[in-house]
Amino acid sequence: MRFQLSEDQRALQTGVRGLLAARFGREQLRAALGVGEAPELDRGLWRELGTAGFFSLRLPEEAGGVGLGLPEAVLAFEEAGRVLLPGPLIATQLAAGVVPGAATGETVVTVVDGGGVVEWLGAADVVRGDAEGAAVLRSVDPLTPLHRVADPDSGDRTDVLLTSLLTAAEQLGTAARVCELAAQHARTREQFGRPIGAFQAVQQLCAGILVRVELARAAVYAAAVTVDPVDIAAARLLADEAAVRGARDCLQVHGGMGFTWESDVHLYLKRAWVRARRPGSVTEGEEVLAAALLAEAR
Amino acid sequence: MDLSDTPQEAEFRARLREWLGKVLPSLPAKPSPDDWPGRRAYDLGWQRTLYDAGYGEVHWGADPAVRMIFLEETEKAGAPYVGANFVGLLHAGPTVAAEGTDEQRARWLPPVLRGEEVWCQGFSEPDAGSDLAALRTRARRDGDHYVVSGSKIWTSHAEVADWCELLVRTDPDAPKHRGITWLAMPMDAPGVTVRPLRTLAGSNEFAEVFLDEVRVPVANRVGEENDGWRVTMVTLSFERGTAFVGEVVACRRVLGELALAARENGRWDDPVLRRRLGRLNAEFRALWRLTQWNVSEASEGVPGVGGSVFKLRYSHARQELYEAAAEVLGEGGAALDLEQPWVLDRLSSLSYTIAAGTSQIQHSIVAERVLGLPKGR
Ligand SMILES: Cc1cc2nc3c(=O)[nH]c(=O)nc-3n(C[C@H](O)[C@H](O)[C@H](O)COP(=O)(O)OP(=O)(O)OC[C@H]3O[C@@H](n4cnc5c(N)ncnc54)[C@H](O)[C@@H]3O)c2cc1C
Repeated sequence: MRFQLSEDQRALQTGVRGLLAARFGREQLRAALGVGEAPELDRGLWRELGTAGFFSLRLPEEAGGVGLGLPEAVLAFEEAGRVLLPGPLIATQLAAGVVPGAATGETVVTVVDGGGVVEWLGAADVVRGDAEGAAVLRSVDPLTPLHRVADPDSGDRTDVLLTSLLTAAEQLGTAARVCELAAQHARTREQFGRPIGAFQAVQQLCAGILVRVELARAAVYAAAVTVDPVDIAAARLLADEAAVRGARDCLQVHGGMGFTWESDVHLYLKRAWVRARRPGSVTEGEEVLAAALLAEAR
Repeated sequence: MDLSDTPQEAEFRARLREWLGKVLPSLPAKPSPDDWPGRRAYDLGWQRTLYDAGYGEVHWGADPAVRMIFLEETEKAGAPYVGANFVGLLHAGPTVAAEGTDEQRARWLPPVLRGEEVWCQGFSEPDAGSDLAALRTRARRDGDHYVVSGSKIWTSHAEVADWCELLVRTDPDAPKHRGITWLAMPMDAPGVTVRPLRTLAGSNEFAEVFLDEVRVPVANRVGEENDGWRVTMVTLSFERGTAFVGEVVACRRVLGELALAARENGRWDDPVLRRRLGRLNAEFRALWRLTQWNVSEASEGVPGVGGSVFKLRYSHARQELYEAAAEVLGEGGAALDLEQPWVLDRLSSLSYTIAAGTSQIQHSIVAERVLGLPKGR
């Protein structure tokens, strides 16, 4: 047992982080925010991700892919979650090798996967599943357009487990980032003549965010290794909690500043909310984990 | 990222499992929780059995992955817990191993490993709990002895201990962190009085210890005089970092038993309770993964602040587990039936957010040492 990132995995993590920092930093994030109207998918960025191998990461080398595994995909999606990279990233990666052009980022793919909503329907070239009669749903996240489908069960549920795991990875990245933002603010913002991070109530909020991140990280990485449905349910549950509660606590640490559109904190929270609605959400996960207790205890 | 056993690990696991299968059925019956001499004998006996079979050193072994396997397999097989050997095996011993001289290691470690001597921890005082460095127990030098006077409190297993890892103040004029010294004190030395304290569970597993001019040889000092705070940090990092990890496996077993019991008595049909148990399953699975992660990271030496992250979440989760147990028991949850293990465990779980550093203190440690927030007040 050696449950740590390998050298190659560390290099991959650094590489993806560097690529995303250069191509989708804070300025691009803010620029992507339209005022009220639906956001556009940046096709140029999508192709660059394709060229860098983001979508073909798990495709075998014989098929023109990078030939890596789920742990590597989880690391890449964690980085995407850190910077709030927009778009139907998971659906497109899962379509690589199945839908022509998905692997290279030429084709944008989205999916109706049983959650009752579809992300990025308008921007997609290919929709997996039946999106007949989909109606626009005003999205809480300004960077994720949503449609509601009439019959949520008409979708393509084949990849629900992997979608849930990669969602957990994105949530983990978001949670880790809001933890940094909270700590950064707590170190620098002064009140009563000292940094607010010297006050125990604020320390407790920040430490709580970190503890949730670390627990979620252990669960998500382990699930990527075992690909066990119960492990995935646990990972998703803890990662959703880490992202949603982390973003809320981060907002609290930011005070009035955190309540403004100018601050990025709300973007992390809203994305975390939208991801938490995907299939494999809290109720489902808790039931899976409960059933496993009986099965394992016999 | 690899969670599977290496060939050596798999071999160790198989060998251990086979041995446990042979030895456990012939173990004597567990003494009652109030029979402290009986518990001491039982716990030491188990440690001796482990020692004779070559597993005595597993908590300190060079390979923490092997320790994880040991914890998993012994718990799954229902083997006894370290019990009265907790301090000796899990933090006093490791401190002596890391900070002691060769003579000290030779004197103190083998009897711990062979199951011959029990240690306790005399750190806390009535006015020095979270603010441990405020301790006042005095030690004055008299030739090649320290003469110690003062009192300690909440000293677990003091009644049955042979040795005490004791913190004393050797320089009352120095700033409070600078004048402390770490001593190994024999509990049978003249001037040591142990007075049992009753816990909220009705048991007497800890005590007050009064020290009246107790003579402790200078040779029993671990680390330098007045450098005891640094040694203390080593002890605490073992106590918080590695001492509790084995219990997570036990909690997972309890959770399974709760599910079965709930199915038996119909409570399983309550979706709120069922989902609560499901969430706890996520919690304890992840805590075990976090343990494996921390262990792989700090593959040797003194554990880091990862222990505080673990302890914070674990102590809370353990309390939630036994709250859920009370739900499963239904009206039985209000009955003080100490024969019913969950009732006693629910009571004792209340100490987990207090002992070994309260959750408030752990939050500050994580905030300051991991996140780099300024020192609080
Ligand atoms: C079952 C059990 C076994 C124990 N065994 C041992 C043992 O074997 N040996 C030993 O030496 N000790 C032992 N202890 C003692 C234990 O380490 C102390 O109880 C613990 O460190 C807390 O100290 P205190 O009880 O004095 O509480 P206090 O320090 O008085 O704290 C009271 C409350 O105030 C809070 N508080 C205090 N200071 C701060 C601060 N700076 N910031 C925020 N909140 C703060 C605490 O979190 C707590 O909620 C044991 C305790 C228990 C419950």
